[in-house]
Amino acid sequence: MKNTYRYILLLLLSLAPAVLFSQSVELVEVTEQVVEVTATADSGNTAWMLTATVLVLFMTLPGLALFYGGLVRAQNVLSVLMHCFAIACLASVMWVTVLYSIAFADGCGWAGGLSKLGLQGIGLESLTGDIPETVFVMFQMTFAIITPGLIVGAFVERMKFSAILLFTGLWLVLVYAPVTHWVWAEGGWLFERDTIDLAGGIVVHATAGISALLLAYFVGPREGFPKKLHVPHSPGMVMIGASMLWVGWFGFNAGSQLAASESAGMTMLVTHISAAVASLTWMTIEWIKTGKPGLVGIVTGMVAGLATITPASGQVGPLGAVLLGLLAGIVCYFMCGIVKEKLKIDDTLDVFAVHGVGGIMGTVLVAVFGTATFGGFGTFNMGEQLMTQLIALAVVIGWSAIATVLIVFVCKKTTGLRVDEEVEFTGLDQAEHGETAYHFE
Amino acid sequence: MKLIKAIIKPFKLEDVKEALSEVGIDGMTVSEVKGFGRQKGHTEIYRGSEYTVDFLPKTMIETVVGDDIAEKAVQAIVDAAKTGKIGDGKVFVIPVESAVRIRTDEEGQEAL
Repeated sequence: MKNTYRYILLLLLSLAPAVLFSQSVELVEVTEQVVEVTATADSGNTAWMLTATVLVLFMTLPGLALFYGGLVRAQNVLSVLMHCFAIACLASVMWVTVLYSIAFADGCGWAGGLSKLGLQGIGLESLTGDIPETVFVMFQMTFAIITPGLIVGAFVERMKFSAILLFTGLWLVLVYAPVTHWVWAEGGWLFERDTIDLAGGIVVHATAGISALLLAYFVGPREGFPKKLHVPHSPGMVMIGASMLWVGWFGFNAGSQLAASESAGMTMLVTHISAAVASLTWMTIEWIKTGKPGLVGIVTGMVAGLATITPASGQVGPLGAVLLGLLAGIVCYFMCGIVKEKLKIDDTLDVFAVHGVGGIMGTVLVAVFGTATFGGFGTFNMGEQLMTQLIALAVVIGWSAIATVLIVFVCKKTTGLRVDEEVEFTGLDQAEHGETAYHFE
Repeated sequence: MKLIKAIIKPFKLEDVKEALSEVGIDGMTVSEVKGFGRQKGHTEIYRGSEYTVDFLPKTMIETVVGDDIAEKAVQAIVDAAKTGKIGDGKVFVIPVESAVRIRTDEEGQEAL
């Protein structure tokens, strides 16, 4: 084979002078093109990031919407689907107009500048790393969509639709976009401190979890909480939505490597392991404690496992993934009870207990399980990294809490937070949206 | 004539229907209903929280029969619907004043 190549090369070289002299003008053009080629996107990475973007959007539409929709009463299922869909559209429009600039334009450590308002200056040729910036804008947009979507679980069955839109809009500007800049944008103050958060343990799950807990507190519990509650109307729908979340999460985590690389492969592997281990752990606890392994339980364990591995999925190996999955199943299971029974907060679909606690736990434990001792790939010092992670969490949680209280205050003064008692009894589908999910005729 | 109203466990409907056919009853109205008696509701547990379901699904059978076979019909229902466990249901017998078959204007027992 080698010889064949040599002959071809020799043949080409011998022809070269003739080509050079006869087409010297064209040759100049060719060299110019070569220069341009080095500044275009890597097609492999771009192909993967296009795919990952689709997967992450699929997590919200319809994954999260169905996951949450099945957990509420039959007369509220459409309202939940509506919340997720409307939030997705609102976040998309806000992302391209203002949020992307606040998150990723050059600015100071605390916020990006306004140079990319309305996606100014982003054209066909703009690149982020070696993928088109348009793809980066879209990929990050899907994260801005799912994060406020997660908060929906805290206030289902009782919050006003107008208040939900107002809350979401303000929350994206005050919490999501700045925190994204701190952690993920070059120049962000937590980014510069080498904070580890591959796919959003801090940016997505900690922010949404804390805000959900506070919002649930301010909106108040559902009528009948905690003694007289209605059972989830469709556990089957919950399982379908949760399964879409699992599949989509590969785009979420492995996509966050921003490349079709060796690291992306490992990220996908550990993500899957953690989900499976956490599902089995939750199922086992439930089997022991209540006598029956339930479908809603096993899929909730899966979500806990995925949220927990999210920040750590770039550093841990398979062993770390198993340990994170185990802890996710155990800790998140008991946190559901603590929030509802001890704190007496009706965080209805356990956004804080599952997403918040999972994300926070993963953000802390990556400093431990990401080390070589646990088969991880981190090159940091465990103690120092632990401090870095804790500082990041403390500030982000603090800011999310303060901003949430402020936004709640604004909503109370303008739209009001909650529907009236009768509407809550008859269901939001009819009262707020004029539609009925199930007509049995 | 008597109206027999039986509230039974849904999975016993087929057995009861056959038992009633055997005693010569060839018409009935069936509804899916919800309710509770001594059995009360039951609890379901989701994510560690207990939910009480007060009203349980039951099936209600209504049929109007001649006085002569009313007793036999009630016995047939009781035998067919019994599991011996709590929640088997109840049978009520109510006197009926009149009946009309709409198609033919037949009245009384002829209309059944």
